[in-house]
Amino acid sequence: MANHTHVQNPKVDVQYRRKKNAEEMKHQIISFTLMIFLTLIAFFAVGYEGFSAWFAVPFILLLAVVQVIFQLYYFMHMSHKGHELPALFLYGGVVVAFVTVWAFLTIVWI
Amino acid sequence: MSTLARKKGVGAVIWDYLTTVDHKKIAILYLIAGGIFFLLGGLEAMIIRIQLAVPNNDFISAGFYNEVLTMHGTTMIFLAAMPLVFAMMNAVVPIQIGARDVAFPFLNSLGFWLFFFGGVFLNLSWFLGGAPDAGWTSYASLSLASPTHGIDFYVLGLQISGLGTLIGGINFLVTIINMRAPGMTYMRMPMFTWATFVTSALILFAFPPLTVGLIFMMMDRLFGGNFFDPALGGNTIIWEHLFWIFGHPEVYILVLPAFGIFSEIFATFSRKRLFGYSSMVFATVLIGFLGFMVWAHHMFTVGLGPIANAIFAVATMAIAVPTGIKIFNWLFTMWGGSIRFTTPMMYAVAFIPSFVIGGVTGVMNATAAADYQYHDSYFVVAHFHYVIVGGVVFALLAGAHYWWPKMFGKMLDEKLGKVTFWLFFIGFHLTFFIQHFLGLMGMPRRVFTFLPGQGFETGNMISTVGAFFMAAGTIVLLANVVITTVKGKRVGNDPWEDGRTLEWAVSSPAPEYNFAQTPLVRGLDAYWIEKMEGKKGLTPAEPLGDIHMPNPSILPFVISLGLFVAAFGFLFHQDHAWGTPVGIVGLLITLGAMFFRSIIDDHGFHIHKEEVMEAEKKGAGA
Ligand code: HEM
Ligand SMILES: [Cu+2]
Repeated sequence: MANHTHVQNPKVDVQYRRKKNAEEMKHQIISFTLMIFLTLIAFFAVGYEGFSAWFAVPFILLLAVVQVIFQLYYFMHMSHKGHELPALFLYGGVVVAFVTVWAFLTIVWI
Repeated sequence: MSTLARKKGVGAVIWDYLTTVDHKKIAILYLIAGGIFFLLGGLEAMIIRIQLAVPNNDFISAGFYNEVLTMHGTTMIFLAAMPLVFAMMNAVVPIQIGARDVAFPFLNSLGFWLFFFGGVFLNLSWFLGGAPDAGWTSYASLSLASPTHGIDFYVLGLQISGLGTLIGGINFLVTIINMRAPGMTYMRMPMFTWATFVTSALILFAFPPLTVGLIFMMMDRLFGGNFFDPALGGNTIIWEHLFWIFGHPEVYILVLPAFGIFSEIFATFSRKRLFGYSSMVFATVLIGFLGFMVWAHHMFTVGLGPIANAIFAVATMAIAVPTGIKIFNWLFTMWGGSIRFTTPMMYAVAFIPSFVIGGVTGVMNATAAADYQYHDSYFVVAHFHYVIVGGVVFALLAGAHYWWPKMFGKMLDEKLGKVTFWLFFIGFHLTFFIQHFLGLMGMPRRVFTFLPGQGFETGNMISTVGAFFMAAGTIVLLANVVITTVKGKRVGNDPWEDGRTLEWAVSSPAPEYNFAQTPLVRGLDAYWIEKMEGKKGLTPAEPLGDIHMPNPSILPFVISLGLFVAAFGFLFHQDHAWGTPVGIVGLLITLGAMFFRSIIDDHGFHIHKEEVMEAEKKGAGA
């Protein structure tokens, strides 16, 4: 049952799909390069003496967020149609986790 | 070859159930296993109530009382209520959305076996040195000091069964998102399906914190960690937070399906469409969401400070609003309906005042300043039993009577059903109503006895008498099940005659493939619509053809068995030399079975068109 949830439409033009795929490949390679580049920057930011922890930590966190977005949208195809529900669940989870951590940081603190 | 035509011996039946991936059979497995754990938890409850019947009683010792109390709570929540909810979901939801199966049949079976082995593991603690004794909440400051292996059984057992629950939740999410029949839009889904959907989302987000907490606890207890030990730089409050970040959503994981079951029953036996369907959906989703924002109301007395307490108090009270919406919708569903007081309907009607009492005491508990008085007293015990028994258990009993014909093809006896209801209803209020006052008078929770002359005697005696009423009700129910199984008459598709949703359009029990032709859904209460237009069956959405089915598999059983063995090994690894090797062997069994699952290409089989036609002609199923 689970195996054939992706029903492909045979009528869609093969040529068109090829082109689409090539474009997709280009995006993936670009974002892959970018991600490696960002990782290098992160290593550099931590290793470089001139940056204090007060700069380096928020900075690499920011880079991490950017990487997650790349990961989701380019590698896991969330930019495609039909991913509204996974997106809803992802962001729902993010909101719940964020509110929880936020509550700890502001009012609870253990 | 399909299993439709085969006749089977006992061994073959057992093998069939060990390997089944059919959601209807898995539902029966959940029902039996959850039912047995329910009886066990009930037995423990009776021991508690006998001990507390009179002051200074020595029916059991203090230490044993702690074990019985802990196992009662843990068993009832994790091993009885949860699996019984899963039994209902498995029995009904795929059929309600017009699907032939769940999205991941293999995982469905894996989820059941993990729960089952986790539960058996937890209960084996009775025979292996002593059961856990730090309460079902197992607060770290207490549980780290517990000398027996009981807490270790709790940690590993719940870890395994929790994994099963998580898997089950994910399976239902994907099933409801991907497997709905043509025309079954989100806003045409029956209320029970909606409740299952939101519940599954709650499981997805709530169980990981529990997993983390249990891993920390396992490290502390078995592998020399110190997450919770303040003397070594840990923090014991972290457990409480992790537990309740899971724990509060957990109570909604239990009660939302209960709301769903009652919504179906109210509509069916009022012979009316559910009043305010869209507001019901909205309220369910909102309750699910708010359920994550209130965990600290279990920790008002920990000393979080006035700001935290105030904010969590207000957030908690906010949940009363969507809950109120639901209550009014149920009342308006009955209003003007032509009501039939069947057994399920009696539970549903009794549920409303019972649950409202539980909700009102909930809001009282949520008033942080007042909770300093209620906390850890019998008032809280009364509160949560009003919501759990008056809400969840009533719903499970109602659902069992309501869907019994769909699961087994025979109606439970209505007369005996009503006897069960009255015994249970009277016993429930006798047991728990008086506990509000015991609590307000100062009787603390989780004590193994009380002294004479403090005014607690009468209340406790009444409470124990009530517990015996509930036990009697349960025995009548068991008798009813036996009598029905032996003597009951086979029933048709729609034995209540007022069925509205798709499960009543297929035979009882449903055939292996659920629908010979996937139905076309033309509105809310799809089957009712067809009936009102004078049609006998559903409008098909596809021509009759071969039906693809998944193959049965023993691997889920083996995977779970491996974890069960591994848990034993690691639990005893500090006491016995065989511990670590056994643990590793267990993990190898699990990983080996997973390996086979990955490399064996399993394409399932087809039930051919001719077989389907023949089965349908015979009235299918049976
Ligand atoms: C209107 C809705 C509800 C409100 C406002 C509410 C509020 C509360 C509060 C404030 C407490 C903590 C009391 C204390 O320990 O001092 C509590 C305890 C509890 N509630 Fe609720 N509750 C609600 C519904 C539910 C439901 C639906 C369930 C289960 C189906 C439930 C199960 C429990 C349990 C098991 C405890 C005891 C936990 C323990 O300390 O062992 N509650 N509730
Ligand atoms: Cu709570």
